[in-house]
Amino acid sequence: MTARPFHRSQAEMLPERAAPVTTAGVVGWLRANLFSSWANTAFTLIALYLLWLIVPAIADWAYFNADTAGDDRFACKSSGACWAWVDQRIGQFLYGFYAPDQTWRVDLAVVLLIPALAPLLFEGVPFARQLRWFSLAYPVVATFLLVGGIGLEGIPTDKFGGFMLNLTVGLAGIVLSLPIGILLALGRRSRLPIIRILCVGFIEIVRGVPLITLLFVSNIILPIFLPPDVTVDSLIRVIVMVTAFASAYMAEVIRGGLQAIPRGQYEAAQALGLRYWQSMVLIILPQALKISIPGIVNTFIGLFKDTTLVIIIGLFDILGIGNAMVSNPDWLGLATEAYVFIAFFFFIACFSMSRYSIHLEKRLDTERRD
Amino acid sequence: MADATPGTAPDAKSAATADPTQEYKRIITIEGLNKWFGTFHVLRDIDLTVERREKIVICGPSGSGKSTLIRCINRLEEHQEGTIVIDGTVLSRDLKNIDTIRREVGMVFQQFNLFPHLTVLENLTLAPVWVRKMPAGEAEEIARQYLERVKIPEQADKYPGQLSGGQQQRVAIARSLCMQPNIMLFDEPTSALDPEMIKEVLDVMVDLAESGMTMLVVTHEMGFASQVADRVIFMDQGQIVEQNTPSEFFNNPQSDRTKLFLSQILDK
Repeated sequence: MTARPFHRSQAEMLPERAAPVTTAGVVGWLRANLFSSWANTAFTLIALYLLWLIVPAIADWAYFNADTAGDDRFACKSSGACWAWVDQRIGQFLYGFYAPDQTWRVDLAVVLLIPALAPLLFEGVPFARQLRWFSLAYPVVATFLLVGGIGLEGIPTDKFGGFMLNLTVGLAGIVLSLPIGILLALGRRSRLPIIRILCVGFIEIVRGVPLITLLFVSNIILPIFLPPDVTVDSLIRVIVMVTAFASAYMAEVIRGGLQAIPRGQYEAAQALGLRYWQSMVLIILPQALKISIPGIVNTFIGLFKDTTLVIIIGLFDILGIGNAMVSNPDWLGLATEAYVFIAFFFFIACFSMSRYSIHLEKRLDTERRD
Repeated sequence: MADATPGTAPDAKSAATADPTQEYKRIITIEGLNKWFGTFHVLRDIDLTVERREKIVICGPSGSGKSTLIRCINRLEEHQEGTIVIDGTVLSRDLKNIDTIRREVGMVFQQFNLFPHLTVLENLTLAPVWVRKMPAGEAEEIARQYLERVKIPEQADKYPGQLSGGQQQRVAIARSLCMQPNIMLFDEPTSALDPEMIKEVLDVMVDLAESGMTMLVVTHEMGFASQVADRVIFMDQGQIVEQNTPSEFFNNPQSDRTKLFLSQILDK
């Protein structure tokens, strides 16, 4: 058979070559990302112009033209922000009405949060095994530190306030709503009708009502049904309601993840002889939760910001303290400064959660080619 | 239907109770099995007995109920009528019996169904540790032996997503074997593979067959059937239409349905 024009037979395979370098380096990056086309170049220039307009103005207001000293708003003479109140009020913003000589307990609880969370959040933490026991004990330790008891001066929870109140309610809600949400999601998919109906009922009712309403109910309506000598601590009521609310959302987020797991995974687990809870804990949930990370963190962030609603039942979180300060004659009209200050705290907390979730998604990506 | 193949007594029940050695030889007894998906009658009066160490290939057109049949054996599907007895254990709603049977019966799926969030080694040790309560070290030792046997010991620490289809299916076979089952079910194990990878999986299955494992294999790999099967079963419309030794089955098919099916798959 004679060779056709397209005939080709290669004796040796081509060797591997390094990737072209035109895409590497600073210039390459700029060219590829900021100036790749006329439209892209135009957008880059417009964006630079806007930044040039905005950033210096903010810097002038917040820093260069700002006043930082004084006993009241009249001490602030310049055109920029008035931060004179920070010195005086920072204690309230952070600790509310917590006894000032006891705030070290709050600080200690926050510092201890680092060794408690580290082994749960990150890999390669030294002494992770021992630290996990501490993580388990942390809620008890933190409650003891904050509320007091054996040897420590007791501090009633209505003295809690400021950002430590947001942190307390937020962290308690986050830690509780994830497992409860998982149980609700599994319950909603259960084959047992009573469990399924209870879970669907809880999710739909709680999700169908604004959180403010739940807090009102817990504060005003619930005591009517309880015997007069039974009172439930208002902080606990808030945590219960915030947790219930977040759990209902969490359940639906996780149910979405559960539905994305192919049936073959359940069948393989069954065929190997794993029981229901074994296959859920070992096979299904690790995969479903991984898929659900963006939704879970979304719910956490929402929950954390919702902690500002505690004002409804008469607790003063950082936003409540800020509002109180702004209406104080000494500092009247400093709303912008107060809210920017508060926003900064929330942004740090929520942005950290967001970045962590991205880190976690990358770490759990087993499809990567090493 | 009543093709008297060696080893299949027409009246399985009385034979099983009459002769204890028969009872021991027989590892699977299925009698009068009927199953419906909704109103669709997917399995109709299936009678099947399998002897220890027997290798059975089940073939038939898609929708003929062959996968459903072997999925009934480890209760991935629930049957409505008939009895299934696996190695002396009656398959019923009783969870304890289901657990016992699933421990004795391994299954390999068309889509591998490896656990993507676990490494190959973790895939293999999971069930021995959690179901058989084996110490982790021992489970790992056994897992490495089976990885050796399916010829991929070097992939132990990779994730399934980093392996080729053929490698994944071999891991899946090893995963089932780590539970040290007496019976292996294969549900179209090579149908999702690229052609060049089919052989590496079949080689592992041939090796397993030669080691004396009882195997029920749903497949269209007729080469595999004639090489290792003791018996070929042809199913259509939820029934066992014909069963015979491979050489008789391929060279001398009896029913018209079988002839038609063979002409369709062998002419490819």
